[in-house]
Amino acid sequence: MTWYAFSGALEQGFAYGLMVLGVYLTFRILDFPDLTVDGSLPLGAAVSAVAITKGIDPYISLLLALAAGFVAGMVTGILNTKFKILHLLASILTMIALYSINIRIMGRPNMTLLGKSTILDPFYARGMEASIAAPILFGGISLLAVGFLMWFLHTEVGLAILATGDNKQMITSQGVNTHNVIIFGVGLSNALVALSGAMICQNQGAADVNMGVGTIVAGLASVIIGETVVGDRSIKRAVIAALMGSIIYRLAIAFALGLKLGKFSFSPSDLNLVTALLVVAALTLPKVRQRLRI
Amino acid sequence: MISMGDITKYFHRGSINEILALEGVSLDVKKGDFITIIGSNGAGKSTLLNCLAGCFPPDSGSISVDEKDVTAWPEHKRAGFIGRVFQNPLLGTCASLTIEQNLALAARRGKAHGIGLGVKGRDREHFREELQHVKLGLEDRLKDKVGLLSGGQRQALTMLMAVMVRPEVLLLDEHTAALDPKTANQILDLTEMIVSEQNLTTLMVTHNMQQALRMGNRLVMMHRAKIILDVEGEEKRNLTVEDLIARFYTVRGEEFSQDRMLLV
Repeated sequence: MTWYAFSGALEQGFAYGLMVLGVYLTFRILDFPDLTVDGSLPLGAAVSAVAITKGIDPYISLLLALAAGFVAGMVTGILNTKFKILHLLASILTMIALYSINIRIMGRPNMTLLGKSTILDPFYARGMEASIAAPILFGGISLLAVGFLMWFLHTEVGLAILATGDNKQMITSQGVNTHNVIIFGVGLSNALVALSGAMICQNQGAADVNMGVGTIVAGLASVIIGETVVGDRSIKRAVIAALMGSIIYRLAIAFALGLKLGKFSFSPSDLNLVTALLVVAALTLPKVRQRLRI
Repeated sequence: MISMGDITKYFHRGSINEILALEGVSLDVKKGDFITIIGSNGAGKSTLLNCLAGCFPPDSGSISVDEKDVTAWPEHKRAGFIGRVFQNPLLGTCASLTIEQNLALAARRGKAHGIGLGVKGRDREHFREELQHVKLGLEDRLKDKVGLLSGGQRQALTMLMAVMVRPEVLLLDEHTAALDPKTANQILDLTEMIVSEQNLTTLMVTHNMQQALRMGNRLVMMHRAKIILDVEGEEKRNLTVEDLIARFYTVRGEEFSQDRMLLV
């Protein structure tokens, strides 16, 4: 693997890391399989891109994306709790609706940020190269998010979220309204995913309505890989594992794309197959290990 | 203090599986009452407790607590004045959280949750004391996950959590039925200790007539969605298992003869 490919995988691992933290929050903590992310990732990108072209500061545009993602997640949460729609279906409905909304926001299916300012500009101004600046900035932001989640999940509200994902009857009889917890939790998750989308969009210089396809699968793959490699014994460890999983996943993809076996090499369209194989490997590895020990 | 007036509850109403679970049940609970509730399977004992806890709204009738009408209150809102222990020992605690985290949640029952630390340093000392008091041997395992505990330990912990914030009423739904006899007795002793110490108003559903006679100051027997016996004080103390069985068969016998009369 070349240095260029390595640094690219690292910056993607960090940028998508926020999305993986969001998926971890719904999938593992709230026990809520949330497909909204396939729509909220491009939502974050669209909001950020439109904001930047309207002359808003790129960093402020990240906050706008964050807020938009939160609202999208809340919609899924409300559909599930108040309208009693199955969580999976509720999230698919929001995801489908977001496709139209994202195009409305941008006014077209995709837009470029050519010549516009991005969150990386302050780094370029100091003469830093993109291959160094991006991993540093995205790494910093995702580490902040990791720190935030570690703290947040140990607060009173955080404990209520953990308990809601574990045992609804218990937390209800402790006086917590699980509906509010789910709406807030799915909102927070999608806020992280949209922030991730905004960062990816600014990094690649374009927002596309289809950039979210397969987000949930990549997210799940990363979460599972992280748990297998780093472990999930405590909340702190599991949060770090989610970010590490994202990096390992992107490195594995980069490695697979750079692989040449005689005349054969992977093309980007093989990514889905590679991802599926990775998840299968991550899921079966612990069982194989167990069997070998006996 | 608690008044359930003319409560009727159907399950699966209008379908072929329609069940009449409570039929015009009225129960007035006085402050400090410890009521044991017995009855055969499907008599409506658990439905009565769940109805009071707010798991579902009754089809008709009203529930008030301290003169306040709580019939429309959802379960989480009623939790502010109710402590509960379930039949299933796994239901009352969170397996993936530590003992101190579970206790911290219980310590905030019915209160708002903020962004302060969930388990604070000064809480730990308090939790340790509470655990020491109930002699579970858990006081030095605050950071252990609850999933590591046995069913009996989890039920005892649930018991402790239910009274962490003093409840207006404690609901025990066959809370020893899923435990082995020895553990069940320990939990019963713990129940008696906690209830008498804090002088809690308590409703306890049980299948065991001896338990029902041994504990509490008042006994309610249910059969086919109705209360068929409600005795307290001296009268309850003098009751025997034979009396209960005789009483039970009298009611069934009457129904039996009515059925016979229909056939004739």
